Amino acid sequence: MKVNAIATSWERIGHIAVRTLCIAVLAFLLLPIIAIVPLSFSSSSFLVYPVPDWSLKWYRELFESAEWMRAARNSFIVAPAATLIATVLGTMAAVGLARVRFPGKDALLSVLIAPMIVPIVVVGVGTYLFFARLGLADSYAGLILVHAALGTPFVLTTVSAALQGFDHNLVRASSSLGAAPLETFRRVTLPLIAPGVISGALFAFATSFDEVVVTLFLAGPAQVTLPRQMFTGIRENITPVIAAVATLLIVFTTALMLALEWLRGRRATVAR
Amino acid sequence: MEAVADTMADVRVALRRDARHRTATALILVLPLALFLLLTFLVPIGALLWRAVDNPEIARAVPRTVAALARWDAASPPPDQAYAAFVADLQALREQTDAGMLARRLNTEVGGARSLVMNAWRAQPLPAAVDAAAVRAQLIALDPRWEEPWIWQAIAKNGARLTPDYLLASVDLKRAADGSIVTMEADRSAFRRILARTFGIAAIVTAIALVLAYPLAWWLSTMAPRRANVLLIVVLVPFWTSILVRVAAWIVLLQSGGLVNQALRGIGLIDQPLALLFNRTGVVIAMVHILLPFMVLPLYSVMKSIPRDYVRAAVSLGSHPLAAFLRVYVPQTYAGVAAGSLLVFILAIGYYVTPALLGGPEDQMLSYSVAQYANVHLDWGMACALGSVLLAATLVLYAIYRRLARMEPALA
Repeated sequence: MKVNAIATSWERIGHIAVRTLCIAVLAFLLLPIIAIVPLSFSSSSFLVYPVPDWSLKWYRELFESAEWMRAARNSFIVAPAATLIATVLGTMAAVGLARVRFPGKDALLSVLIAPMIVPIVVVGVGTYLFFARLGLADSYAGLILVHAALGTPFVLTTVSAALQGFDHNLVRASSSLGAAPLETFRRVTLPLIAPGVISGALFAFATSFDEVVVTLFLAGPAQVTLPRQMFTGIRENITPVIAAVATLLIVFTTALMLALEWLRGRRATVAR
Repeated sequence: MEAVADTMADVRVALRRDARHRTATALILVLPLALFLLLTFLVPIGALLWRAVDNPEIARAVPRTVAALARWDAASPPPDQAYAAFVADLQALREQTDAGMLARRLNTEVGGARSLVMNAWRAQPLPAAVDAAAVRAQLIALDPRWEEPWIWQAIAKNGARLTPDYLLASVDLKRAADGSIVTMEADRSAFRRILARTFGIAAIVTAIALVLAYPLAWWLSTMAPRRANVLLIVVLVPFWTSILVRVAAWIVLLQSGGLVNQALRGIGLIDQPLALLFNRTGVVIAMVHILLPFMVLPLYSVMKSIPRDYVRAAVSLGSHPLAAFLRVYVPQTYAGVAAGSLLVFILAIGYYVTPALLGGPEDQMLSYSVAQYANVHLDWGMACALGSVLLAATLVLYAIYRRLARMEPALA
């Protein structure tokens, strides 16, 4: 009995230690991101605590800066276009691959997933070499195409996951009732896998929206995106304007993520 | 009976036709993505690999010289025909940019070649000479260095359309004048060190991430799903936040007047602010922060699928809970540990932005060298060779990762 009691108290100490460590790790993950937010509302031009007084002047400076506004506009041109391409191509491929086995399927999948894994600087140099020859360097088209390629593996994997819980008898029922394949896809398959398609699209959007290395190689001065502008800003002189951009981006991406989590919850309900 | 057999055969044929039809449809649906990735991803990577061995400048600019040197032993004085061929080649280079390209290329091989070649090109056309020996005398009169073998060795060595030199240089090797492969001189070699540094930083980051992620993933896996999901959001927020936002946040926190130094001074641990930025510490802290979710998520997914019964059984049979945990539970998580560690390591060796913005010159990784050679030195051959080395390392690790993910469905 006594041995057991010791084990239990040791166990309790162990549990408390583990829990403390875990909370510290969670704090390490979250606090740095939160810590930058108040500094964007500071009246001081130094990014240090304590904040002397509150002010919105850095946001005014941000919204009055032609450079930052152009970068924002570019990001909201490139990312949605890349997302559209990635979502359409990735969804088609996922639907095609869902119910077939053929020799070489694994190898094909490895290639289709590869944009997620190949070092981004390799993609940057390679696309620069190839696209410069095609006249696509320093162009929106070139940047959009590469960002789309980087986003496709996310769409492919999320849609494939959504299709795993999909009852294929519904397609049979639909076509036996006389629906053409495309109509079946549009009215039966797509609504059911929509959460997967949308999460894939969100991943693809975030990939393009946060991409800086390919942009460094491939974008001309006219195509500078938000992360590219931040890269220059941080490298040259980090100011509270950067903190303001960071704050807006944190709010934006957190909203995207919560939308995704909500979709995931909904998908679980649908599957049930 | 026969009718039934016929029907069975019909069904079988129909099924086979259906399967073929499905495969055809599948391929048609996959084809657009495959073609798209071919053009936007695979061909560009092919262009990079090709550029790492491509060596067009000398073969294109001085083809006659290359031919004349083909049988030269690279040690004896170059044949007179080579001098005559070289002058003929120079006269065929009409544009200054063509001559400049040749001069620049030779200068990357041997210092001093640029002025030597450009002066010879500007001196053209030389007065007509009776024979090759006279041409040789003319060139040597122009600059006595033409008598020395090194420039001819550089031309002969790079006369082939393809060269292993960039790839050799990316691991600090080179071809000697006689064609044997030797180690690069100490003052010109840097890449093995950078490669070792890249793997070293990736290994440290992976180890720290594993130590931090393991207990967290375990704790999350013991919770009720609803609570675990709420805490997982804390893991996912940094995962979704822009890398540049996180880099900016760490600069703010780690600077000498930043919160970390303020806090350490506040509790009396230090008197002087610690240097945490633009050195290895800052790079490792920020990389662990960025890559930690990639370790937590696979570990969590494996741990969630492990039944609790085994550890309980071990304890009920008299094992100490800690021993039961280490000897029964931990081995069941090895697949997750391996997958998470490989993933973090693979992603870490390709890092560019974080070391570039948070590190000093001695903290830069291989990706930085690739970008540096491409953008600053405009030496695309070297940039592409270094990129190829990085790509090869990544693909080997990725192949191992794929094999692992196939064995452990929870990771796929």
